[in-house]
Amino acid sequence: MNANDTLIPHIGVVTDIRIDTPDVKTFRVNAINADGTVGGKVFEHMPGQCAMLSIPGVGEAMFSITSSPTNKEFMEFSIKKCGCLTNWLHAMDVGQQITIRGPYGNAFPVETELKGKDLLFIAGGIGLAPLRSVINYVRDNRANYGDVQIVYGSRSMDDLVDYKEIIDEWMTDDGIEVNLTIDREQEGWDGHVGFVPNYVKELNPSLNKTVLICGPPIMIKFTLNGLKELGFTETQVYTTMELRMKCGVGKCGRCNIGNKYVCKDGPVFRFDELGELPDEY
Amino acid sequence: MLRIAIDKIDSLFDAIAEKQTLYIPVDREDGAAEYKKYESGMKMSNSLNTLRSAKDFFFPQTENLVEFKMEGKQIEVKDIREESEDFVIFGVRACDARSFSILDKVYLVDPVDSFYKNRRDHGVVVSMACTRPAETCFCSAFGIDPTAPEGDVSCWNDGSYIYFEANTEKGKAFVDSISSLLEDGDASSLENVKAETKRILSLLPLSNLSTDSFGGDKLNEYFNSEKWAELSESCIGCGTCTFVCPTCQCYDIKDFNTGNGIKRFRCWDSCMYSDFTKMAHGNPRISQLERFRQRFMHKLVYFPANNNGEFGCVGCGRCLSKCPISMNIVKVMKALEVK
Ligand SMILES: Cc1cc2nc3c(=O)[nH]c(=O)nc-3n(C[C@H](O)[C@H](O)[C@H](O)COP(=O)(O)OP(=O)(O)OC[C@H]3O[C@@H](n4cnc5c(N)ncnc54)[C@H](O)[C@@H]3O)c2cc1C
Ligand code: SF4
Ligand code: SF4
Ligand code: FES
Repeated sequence: MNANDTLIPHIGVVTDIRIDTPDVKTFRVNAINADGTVGGKVFEHMPGQCAMLSIPGVGEAMFSITSSPTNKEFMEFSIKKCGCLTNWLHAMDVGQQITIRGPYGNAFPVETELKGKDLLFIAGGIGLAPLRSVINYVRDNRANYGDVQIVYGSRSMDDLVDYKEIIDEWMTDDGIEVNLTIDREQEGWDGHVGFVPNYVKELNPSLNKTVLICGPPIMIKFTLNGLKELGFTETQVYTTMELRMKCGVGKCGRCNIGNKYVCKDGPVFRFDELGELPDEY
Repeated sequence: MLRIAIDKIDSLFDAIAEKQTLYIPVDREDGAAEYKKYESGMKMSNSLNTLRSAKDFFFPQTENLVEFKMEGKQIEVKDIREESEDFVIFGVRACDARSFSILDKVYLVDPVDSFYKNRRDHGVVVSMACTRPAETCFCSAFGIDPTAPEGDVSCWNDGSYIYFEANTEKGKAFVDSISSLLEDGDASSLENVKAETKRILSLLPLSNLSTDSFGGDKLNEYFNSEKWAELSESCIGCGTCTFVCPTCQCYDIKDFNTGNGIKRFRCWDSCMYSDFTKMAHGNPRISQLERFRQRFMHKLVYFPANNNGEFGCVGCGRCLSKCPISMNIVKVMKALEVK
């Protein structure tokens, strides 16, 4: 019998819980080592990959690993409250054990296609989670990449995930331009107001950039159209997809778009690859 | 060729069952055949195919994956896997025998599914050539020869004797283990039997069904076909076609609280069900049209696209005889076919 089966999970310990927004919390997860101590990571990953987290008896679901692989101490997950498992996770305390399996899926091509490029990240809401892993990977390997521009928007100021990190770390880095926006005027906000797709058009980014988008499907769609109007081609733009998942390894038959399984062949796709698949997502 | 007289088959079954678990197809009271664990005195069914396919042996309808003990904030993972017992499935038809190699392409590719592999490693498939293919059969459309079934061991029946030929190491070991009951005999009569089967096949209503216009390169062409609306119109989404199908592979994973811990199990699921792809922010397959299209696109286009042109159907005909609205893959193929 095979020693391992990916369906049999590992145990992780939640060692820190950060309240990001009214419905998003970021959980730090550590491994339990052979000697019983808690620390380090349960497994390694690349930016864009995901993991299946579960509380047995409550549910199991897929989440992007939002921390960068360059973080050697722990993994992080930013999780939006929206159902059975996520409600439970939001209610738990530090010290809780969870089950974790993965890493699943491909990754953003940080070591190949993205290397040496000027990068434009566009995120909406919780969609920042997978991109944050890439952004921090790029920051930690700064010499390998060109200029970085980040356009991030949410419903309101209170709904911006990772706000402190954005202000304290990303905005203070050389060679990183951060453009934040919120949907509606709000007291205490003197930044940009308006939807992400329109903001991107206003910013009129230079056409040599490679673009990574993640957010609600409708935001992705309008942003892509806007980019095309500006003159970007589909081969320059990457996104990450979200479909219902159970196994994570292309066997339970649940997450396909055409002949591609999002859990295994994705979740990261370049738009020209996505364009060849049936429009069913 | 090694053979045994048909009137001695009971003694063969008894001998096999003495050493390992044996399953044979038997007739139920209502006339349908199903696999049963052999017990002395049982008679092998002569019907062509079992009601349920043989996939249960390797991919059972439900199976436990892992158990958890929860205590305070702590979770203990219990690996409950055990080495499967050795078993023999006797009398598998050519279509079902091929279905295993299709399931292998899902479950044995990296990362290997250890639950499936465990059973696969311990099961010996003894297939039986068909002599009276039925009106619902169209295995030959998918390149299957019912007179030369796959499996660890292939068998032929000429009315007087059953002949054995081992195809794999596991099959050889099995034939060796029963060789004292077999005799070497002339197998020339099988040529006539095979020729007669082929003649019947050529006269069957589905004998001219062609797969030529299907395959992995037809993705958007068929996906966007206007025919799906009409084809799927009456489908009630019962999932019967997926449950009886030997190649349908989809599963769900669920937890069950036993009161003394949590059991995590998997069970067959169906792409025909409305909640199969339902998510917090919506459902990409919103109506039965999309779900119906998924089942047939998977077998005729997506599976071949990922598996060097091999189709995900073996033409067993179960979905033809079992669908309550008489919809099936043959009707779909005929309607979509671009000549
Ligand atoms: C690749 C990938 C990456 C992801 N990354 C993240 C991330 O980084 N952060 C994040 O917050 N989320 C992420 N998600 C989404 C996350 O997986 C879901 O939010 C999660 O599954 C919700 O689980 P739950 O148990 O809380 O919700 P559930 O209790 O499963 O319910 C959620 C909703 O789904 C519907 N639903 C679910 N199951 C059924 C059913 N059987 N019948 C009917 N309706 C049903 C209901 O309408 C319900 O409102 C990701 C998803 C994928 C696929
Ligand atoms: S689709 Fe129908 S004919 Fe084809 S293998 Fe499945 S049940 Fe048999
Ligand atoms: S058996 Fe027939 S009615 Fe039921 S899901 Fe399949 S095609 Fe639809
Ligand atoms: S989650 Fe099972 S196939 Fe993708």
